[in-house]
Amino acid sequence: MASELKVKVNERSWKVTAAPDTPLLYVLANELQLQGPRFGCGLAQCGSCSVLVNGVETRSCVTPVSAVQGKSVTTLEGLPALYAAQKKLPKAPDLHPVQQAMIDEQAVQCGYCFNGMIIKASELLSKVPQPDEAQIRTAMNGHLCRCGTYPRVIRAIQRASHSMMAEIVK
Amino acid sequence: MNFPRRDFLKSGGALVIGFRLREALLGQSRLDTTARNAVPGPPDAKQIDTWLAIHADNTATIFIGFAELGQGNSTALLQVAAEELDLDMRQLKTVRLDTSITPNQGGTYSSASIQRGGPQVRTAAAEARFALLQLASKNLNTPIDRLTVAKGIVSVQDNPAQSVTYGALVGDKPFHLAFTGTAPVKTPAEFKVVGTRVPRNDIPDKVSGKYVYMQHMRVPGMLHGRVVRPRGQSAYGAGVKVLNVDEASIRNIPGARVIHRGNFTGVVAENEWDAIRAARQLKVTWDTTPTLPGSAALYESMRTAKTTDRVVLERGDIGVFGNAAHVVARTTYHGPYQAHAPFGPNCALADVKSDSALVMCSTQDVYGTRGKISTMLGIPLEKVRVQYYEGSGTYGHSCYDDVAQAAAILSQAAGKPVRLQFMRWDEHGWDNYGPAHVGEVRAAADAAGKIVAYEYHGWQHNWSLLETSEQLAFGKPAAEWPGAAAQGVSAANTGGIYATPNLRIVNHQVPGTAYLKGGWLRSPLDLSVSFASEQAIDELAYLLHMDPYEFRKRNITDERWMGVLDAAAKAANWTPRPAGPVQSGAKIVTGRGIGLGTHLVSYGGAVAEIEVNKETGRVVAKHLYGAIDAGLTVNPAFVENQIGGQLVQAASRMLKEEVTLSTTNVTSLDWNSYPILRFEECPEVTPVVVQRLDQRSSGAGEEVMAAAAGAIGNAFFDATGVRMREYPLTPARVLAALKQG
Repeated sequence: MASELKVKVNERSWKVTAAPDTPLLYVLANELQLQGPRFGCGLAQCGSCSVLVNGVETRSCVTPVSAVQGKSVTTLEGLPALYAAQKKLPKAPDLHPVQQAMIDEQAVQCGYCFNGMIIKASELLSKVPQPDEAQIRTAMNGHLCRCGTYPRVIRAIQRASHSMMAEIVK
Repeated sequence: MNFPRRDFLKSGGALVIGFRLREALLGQSRLDTTARNAVPGPPDAKQIDTWLAIHADNTATIFIGFAELGQGNSTALLQVAAEELDLDMRQLKTVRLDTSITPNQGGTYSSASIQRGGPQVRTAAAEARFALLQLASKNLNTPIDRLTVAKGIVSVQDNPAQSVTYGALVGDKPFHLAFTGTAPVKTPAEFKVVGTRVPRNDIPDKVSGKYVYMQHMRVPGMLHGRVVRPRGQSAYGAGVKVLNVDEASIRNIPGARVIHRGNFTGVVAENEWDAIRAARQLKVTWDTTPTLPGSAALYESMRTAKTTDRVVLERGDIGVFGNAAHVVARTTYHGPYQAHAPFGPNCALADVKSDSALVMCSTQDVYGTRGKISTMLGIPLEKVRVQYYEGSGTYGHSCYDDVAQAAAILSQAAGKPVRLQFMRWDEHGWDNYGPAHVGEVRAAADAAGKIVAYEYHGWQHNWSLLETSEQLAFGKPAAEWPGAAAQGVSAANTGGIYATPNLRIVNHQVPGTAYLKGGWLRSPLDLSVSFASEQAIDELAYLLHMDPYEFRKRNITDERWMGVLDAAAKAANWTPRPAGPVQSGAKIVTGRGIGLGTHLVSYGGAVAEIEVNKETGRVVAKHLYGAIDAGLTVNPAFVENQIGGQLVQAASRMLKEEVTLSTTNVTSLDWNSYPILRFEECPEVTPVVVQRLDQRSSGAGEEVMAAAAGAIGNAFFDATGVRMREYPLTPARVLAALKQG
């Protein structure tokens, strides 16, 4: 039965009415009308629904909304602000460096998987600022792309890593 | 505005345009796309206003009939328009496809956007520019040949201060001009925008999360729907027979409602999770009589079926196969059913009323889908409106029409708008699969290395004409697309590449209703055909102890095939050595292969470098090089991105992808049972665009996959000394082949 739940998404608290076993994805998409996390398989196999829960990449299609109560959820839309908080920047940039790098590398084709690609890459770079190619491939291996953009995604993550390091030096 | 229906064609050519334009602009209404909404399309293709509108702020909207699928055509076609109109890319925009707004340019398939769409957009833009120059000439009191245009500002050559903008000349008013196609277009030497690497206009919103995909669409008052079908389709002709539906089985989900129509079953609910749970929980008993041959007997079943045969191409006399002086390669190859498997399953939103319908979906052809919906619902064509929203990449006829029809059926029954999201198993299990293929090829060469005879026989079924939802709901009989063309073996991918005097290509069409639903899957049939044909060519080189690249060069006379072959070989730094392996006892061995192929038009060449683990059977594509000659390439960067995607997808299809089936149904229903290539297995890719400014543009979205398929097969032989006769090259299949030797 539906109950009232509190969730913190992109640094805002929301009251939502949902059955506690409702996967977080449907709350984000339908109640909060967020466009980042999106349905891909409903089986945690592909990564299109990924969000960060307390900074950890999580498949929202199999995570009950009740399981994220008291935790902080970040979606694609909230990544620039999260990055600003992580880097103690005075103001959130328009795009997270990974997002900017995806544009600079023209990495996208249909783009449907890029929510998960960007979420996962941002998690990787927050833990391992300068990953080598093998580390990138391993970290990203759970994210599928049907258009075949993997090589450009790898390049974009390397580019984002460089630009984030440059930011620190600055 | 209303679309001008008057026929200006009979009033003559371009000379009268100026007069007509001035006449047209007197007292005309402002251009307003909302007014277009009142008129069911397609708008008259013979009117300039159908193709573009110039706004008062000196920008323009280009109306394009092709769907953006992530390939960049919504940017590339604007490049074409920008070139002819002398506008900056930033001054141009386009609108989403809509049967009440955008022209009917046919479907976005067969790599048609630039090939067919480019010339239409180009000539319409050129004609509009000509008309604008005539207006400017009058306005500036200067002959046209003394005017120049840049960024939509027309100025007098010797006196740039004397100028007027397009916006000031016609801003937001219709041209009311016939599209005669007679205005001069620019020559390649004049190109400033075409041929350059303009970035894609859809990417920023796709990475920020602002891009609206079909899956994001919601409308007020709508319900969420799900279909309830057996997990995995049975034979196309058998459809689905529902024996019993136990509605009580979802009694604990009060928000959900079951909808039946014939053998079509679905659920709707206000809450999406309720709809998903109800679809999962609803107890339906289906007839499970076996109707399929099953994976193990598939190829034998196809090979022995009573077929409709057609000679695709024949020249010379293949009787020369009897000559004992020749080397001959002769083998049978098998290629599996493969799934489109869009990364996000298809989604549609339908609002069906008693006498009209609005359907939003990710179709590759809004007008085609409108026809299907109209026929199915019995609502006149002009009362059905279809709007395109990009979904996840579709690579051909995935379930976008099926989901649109299912949403319409649910909406009609529920009396409300219904958003229907297919689940992963719906999309994987009810696809119009790329058909399986049996290829028998034999080729002969003389001692001088000339191919003297070539013969190819291909067995496969055609594509399904009927969508599953319509079949189940209305009991319509399964029917197949007529004819062959892309459904069958083509000369462009087989011996037709080579200058062989004696050649025979035969297509054996298997009756499709006893098999899975078929559809066009990116580069239809080509991967299977090239896997067979290019390995046979390689085998001849091997038998003659010749380098396979050199051997191909010796047998090609067409400079464009030669161009892509050379480009791929050069990119891969190919060093000649006889085909055939230097065998080593190492556990992991490497090999390289070369291949040619295309999809009907354009030219593709590829080189593959692979690694084979002889103990585990694991094959990894390490580096793929692909070259495409698509004539005039409007944006080389987009084609490079397409080539990269094709190479990775080809590796995925050759090494991993196979639809599996039991005798009752398809059993590959998700990413575990239908694995695709992942990051850790992804090859490095090197794309090469062979730019030919003097040649007509042709497709570039699928034309190097076949070449890559052949190259991968040949690389496996180079690594192991064993020919793979069936793909995908899965560990089990590889180990079995190596064991057999």
